[in-house]
Amino acid sequence: MARLLSLTLNGRARTDAVSDNVLLLDYLREIVGLTGTKTGCDGGECGACTVLVDDRPLLSCLTLAARAEGRRVDTIESLAVDGRLSAVQRGFHEKLGSQCGYCTPGFIMASAGLLRRNPRPSEDEIREALGSNICRCTGYVKIIEAVQHAAKLCADGLSP
Amino acid sequence: MNQILPAHNIGDYVPMIDGPDKVSGRAKYTADLLVPGSLAGRIFRSPYSHAEILDVDVAEAAKLPGVKAIVTGADCDKTFGVLPIARSEHPLARDRVRYRGEPVAAVAAVDDATAKEAVRRIKLKVRELPAYHTARAALAEDAIALHPHRAKNIERDVYFELGNVEAAFAAADLVREATYNCAEVCQNQMEMHAALADYDAVRDRMTVHASTQVPYYVHLMLAHVLGMDMSRIRVVKPQVGGGFGCRTETLNVELIAALLARKAGGCVRLVVNREETFITHRGRPETDIRLKIGLRKDGRITGVECECMQRGGAHSGYGVVTILYAGSMLYAIYDLHNVRYIGKRVLTNTPPCGAFRGHGTVDVRFAFESLLDQMAREIGLDPIAVRRANLLEAPTFTDNDLMVNSYGLPECIDWVERQSGWKERTAARNRNGGGQKNGAIKKGFGFACSHYISGASKPVNWTGEPHATVKIKLDFDGSIVVLSGAADIGQGSTTILAQAVAEVLGLDLARVRVVTGDSEVVPKDNGSYSSRVTFMVGNAAIDAAQNLKAVLIAAAARKLDAKPGEVECLGELYRAGAQDKGLSFNEVVTEALKDSGTITVTGTYSTIPQSHGGKKYRGAAIGGTMGYSYSAQVVEVSVDEDTGVVTVDKVWVAHDCGRALNRLTVEGQVQGSVWMGLGQAMSEEAAYHDGLMLTANMLDYRVPTIQDSPPIDVGIVESVDPHGPFGAKEAGEGSLAAFLPALTNAIADAIGLRFNDLPVTPDRVFAALEKRARMKSNGKQEGDT
Repeated sequence: MARLLSLTLNGRARTDAVSDNVLLLDYLREIVGLTGTKTGCDGGECGACTVLVDDRPLLSCLTLAARAEGRRVDTIESLAVDGRLSAVQRGFHEKLGSQCGYCTPGFIMASAGLLRRNPRPSEDEIREALGSNICRCTGYVKIIEAVQHAAKLCADGLSP
Repeated sequence: MNQILPAHNIGDYVPMIDGPDKVSGRAKYTADLLVPGSLAGRIFRSPYSHAEILDVDVAEAAKLPGVKAIVTGADCDKTFGVLPIARSEHPLARDRVRYRGEPVAAVAAVDDATAKEAVRRIKLKVRELPAYHTARAALAEDAIALHPHRAKNIERDVYFELGNVEAAFAAADLVREATYNCAEVCQNQMEMHAALADYDAVRDRMTVHASTQVPYYVHLMLAHVLGMDMSRIRVVKPQVGGGFGCRTETLNVELIAALLARKAGGCVRLVVNREETFITHRGRPETDIRLKIGLRKDGRITGVECECMQRGGAHSGYGVVTILYAGSMLYAIYDLHNVRYIGKRVLTNTPPCGAFRGHGTVDVRFAFESLLDQMAREIGLDPIAVRRANLLEAPTFTDNDLMVNSYGLPECIDWVERQSGWKERTAARNRNGGGQKNGAIKKGFGFACSHYISGASKPVNWTGEPHATVKIKLDFDGSIVVLSGAADIGQGSTTILAQAVAEVLGLDLARVRVVTGDSEVVPKDNGSYSSRVTFMVGNAAIDAAQNLKAVLIAAAARKLDAKPGEVECLGELYRAGAQDKGLSFNEVVTEALKDSGTITVTGTYSTIPQSHGGKKYRGAAIGGTMGYSYSAQVVEVSVDEDTGVVTVDKVWVAHDCGRALNRLTVEGQVQGSVWMGLGQAMSEEAAYHDGLMLTANMLDYRVPTIQDSPPIDVGIVESVDPHGPFGAKEAGEGSLAAFLPALTNAIADAIGLRFNDLPVTPDRVFAALEKRARMKSNGKQEGDT
């Protein structure tokens, strides 16, 4: 059965007819067409699909779209400000926190969630916040540097 | 007066030029290509390990409304495979299934739910055959052959002896032999396999977008399997989410998508899930090694005997090459003579293995560096001193005719020794009579080396063409458009090509655009495998840029009324003499276009025959390359004797990449390699029950998380290879292998137990500690595990 889903997606209010059994991930990718959020596994294994729901990182592959009713959902496509990269995006680009890029949207959203609630995280706090995201390229060393760089850029006034 | 200098583009930390697309969500991977009206593809897979197919009944599936096409083995009688000599695989099984999960049929339907239901309705009738899930079982006397052309299930036997091994052992002061077992591991790249196949029935043309490292191979196999002329096929490689070797051959996914698309007369999107991606496999085979080394008191290796058996899985794939690499790459790192190698690649009823990062070299390197470390300790030498006693002197050719021109291993060893404080630690250890302890936590340091090729000198498909071709287009707008078939799969090859061209022309990187990955537009490239792209395609890019520069200098000379030899190219400025006001780059371009309009130039690269390996044994060309990378590593561990948990505290790695064209991506590649070695060494293992892969998800297949991963300090050694692009060699594979033995050597240093079976999981460590405690309490000698 389908129902009307109303939410604030990337800062814009929208309403779509969505079947009850549709995952938030599939709603974003297949119905809205926001393919920045990635499918990396068969459910809850890799973190590639991480989005922010009311600023909290959530695995969109384990969340029904219906649960986003009335919520604020932010995806990777929302971060750039006036076409310029956000602090976390710059961190991942400039410090090579992204190689193949497939896990990157998930890592960036989890990192943005972290910096929104904790602008000056320690290395341990970064590791904890990103502990459920898998990257197969970087060995994570440069991901930590990317988030640390992003925190500095945030301190200089950029949004996460 | 301001000095005018050409822009400098290599040797710095340069973020990837396609980075902004990746961090913004704009980068499109195959599964992101949503085509309205496209059909959803699904695969029906064999639930049997080994069986004769009696019937594939698709009648009920075909009745389902919304099903547009069903294909089975009956639709395609061609076999495919990466090696022209060993094409054993059907896109959809015919007559026989050989592993659990092998594709048998596929459906294209209006939506995924319909395709799923259709697959559920397919019925497979078989007569089951004996199944062999281990190499030993497949080699049993009474085993039936998986493939009629491979009697006794041996894909390839390799044997060579160069020198006199028995005499070498007799001349040694210490001879030791040990056995090793390395579990099968999977690439598990983040992007699941995907293909989008679009068949134009009116014009009989096929376009396939695929998550591949080798668009050219996919092109060849599509033509072969579909029975279509190559000119009617177009292959596009969108952004690719990693590969690590599993996509260095055509996979059944892209072939099945194309078969479905042709039958349905439309566009089919086939995105397989994580479990299917695991089962499609092409990982590193389970490997059993018996290794024997002879050592003199001064640390010199006198001789080596290595016996290696790989469980290859159900099809040939790269198997012959993998088992040959395992032997040939014993060489080219140390000064070895008197080597005997016995390799056996076995066909088994498990998913087919392939070319995993460090192809063929990793498990043998693990064994070699482990045994050497153990023998160094036994003979009373420092593990680093033993390596130093066996260094090569470049330039040289090895006994198996591999050409070594640049050799930065000594500097790699020096760097990690210094940075890790190896000497100080060894001195402290000797003073204190043992390693550092903190309650149940024991500290240890381990050392090891490894190496890898910068591209196989002989391509798989020998055509007589140059090994690499790059085109550059220059038009009225003054932008430099580089056209290359090189597949960027995240390693940053696109960025390297842009840097190389910008460097030659002295232009800012922003002037350069790179177009890759569409067979309709770009020159053919053999693909991203064996770390060939920077070396081969980089050299071709330099050649193309030099050819363009000559055209621009000729144009500038014309305009300046000077001889070409008098024209100085400063990137944005061309002038004849320091006093000349000169011409801007755009003015030169305008002049250059006067003759022919749009300019295109070509650059090529071919390997030299001396690099093609030798003929001393069958398959001796494998291992031949233009340049070897080298790596040395020190790993520091803490071992908790109460729990068996091993923590890697820190890794120091030095990698000789000839010359770092981009320090940022070199560091990233080296860290990624080391870390992938960490996964194989400590937690990753493809486990099976009765042929069913039990670990076909990212929870059971344990990839290290950010919480498990150590800091990795990278030292870049630049030996400046005489043939490399600006002196560069590979950076993306050579540092993987050394981690494995450096880890087990560190564990041995910490707790005195040597682990020869991978992965070294906490339960294995714990069991070994328990066993030792039991033996101690029984008053017996300590033993190796």
